[in-house]
Amino acid sequence: MDIVEEILKQNRLALSKGITAVENEYDNAVDIMTKIYTHTGHAYVIGITGPPGAGKSTLTDKIAKEFRKRGKTVGIVAIDPTSPYSGGAILGDRIRMMDLMMDSGIFIRSMATRGSLGGLSQKAGDAVKLMDAFGMDIILVETVGVGQSEVDIVKTADTTMVVVIPGMGDDIQAIKAGILEIGDLLTINKADREGADKLNIEMEMMLELNNEKNAGWRPPINRTIASKDQGTEAVVDSILAHRDFLMKTGKLDDIRKARIKSEVTDMVNVRVNRYIDKNVVRTAEFDETIEKLQRRETEPYSVVDNIVSKVLK
Amino acid sequence: MANIKVLVAKPGLDGHDRGAKVVARALRDAGFEVIYTGIRLTPEQIAEAALQDDVNVVALSLLSGAHNTLFPKVVELLKEKGMTDVLVIGGGVIPDADIPGLKAAGIAEVFTPGTPTSKVVDFINANVK
Repeated sequence: MDIVEEILKQNRLALSKGITAVENEYDNAVDIMTKIYTHTGHAYVIGITGPPGAGKSTLTDKIAKEFRKRGKTVGIVAIDPTSPYSGGAILGDRIRMMDLMMDSGIFIRSMATRGSLGGLSQKAGDAVKLMDAFGMDIILVETVGVGQSEVDIVKTADTTMVVVIPGMGDDIQAIKAGILEIGDLLTINKADREGADKLNIEMEMMLELNNEKNAGWRPPINRTIASKDQGTEAVVDSILAHRDFLMKTGKLDDIRKARIKSEVTDMVNVRVNRYIDKNVVRTAEFDETIEKLQRRETEPYSVVDNIVSKVLK
Repeated sequence: MANIKVLVAKPGLDGHDRGAKVVARALRDAGFEVIYTGIRLTPEQIAEAALQDDVNVVALSLLSGAHNTLFPKVVELLKEKGMTDVLVIGGGVIPDADIPGLKAAGIAEVFTPGTPTSKVVDFINANVK
């Protein structure tokens, strides 16, 4: 099966096998991505992130259905963390999306974060590109917003939505640097819970104090009860309003250019990291050096200098 | 980097998922990537999820007695979709007399109550394609 050709013919098995190839770094992965690249760039990519239990998967399910109602095809990349202890993972996002399973206008892929050397953002980005080439109009990338790699993935989206829920902490949480800052849209899910009004006010206040990063665009705060499919239409309207804003102001081009730049940088970083892992970290010499350091017979600064000058020779 | 991916699913009208969750957890601890899809699914939903996630193993759990109908149906649909190298295993309250028939229908192994989870892990490691 010619995976690229079949993906362009909307063969679902080929799409799935293509994503596996990039995920597992099979020999044909680079070849697939090389050939697919010129067929990408049509889909609109939406990142959805937030703390565990915020209802991201349920909301993603509802948003996907709303886009389907509006005649769009939808790809979903749902990312869950790998256990650092066993290397295994429970990918449980799909459980909220099982009634999308019989819709041929939808394709969902679960991904585990795997190791930090794996270049997750690159792999998720490749999965997005394959779905894009397949012909998906909208691609939702859903991930737990806890670590840098997850934030990196979301940063590669055109529009990013942060999902929060009442009762997760006081107003200091809202003004802490971090996750709320990356949202182009803020959604309070489980809005029927106590504390939703207070959270709404706190977030409004946070936006009041916001810097100029979002000049011209103030992130709308939507309220949803995803389990009852309440508020989904307004969320999708907000997503489309943000897209229109980006297009009108030319910012979409800027975002996409920045994304390409960070993709290429990531690809270089991943390759350099692997090289160092293989040729420096996994050597007997490195182990000896670590032992010397532990005995305080040398210090890390000259060790690092040494390694870097050797690697960059 | 090719982690083994296992879809754990409960076909049919059966809400008892304690066993499936215990198995899912054990498989995770064995280093597998486990896609847990929940209860009351149709064979069509399970086969499509298996295709989208390109899993190596489909682990079906069923306690309702409908295994002779639903397990072979999943195998059949996977083949139809071109997922020919998937290892399909089953578990639950399944009478010994039904096991040969299930194996003939393409279920690689059937694990009944009392099976240590390590046995499931070993079987997957030994038989995954």
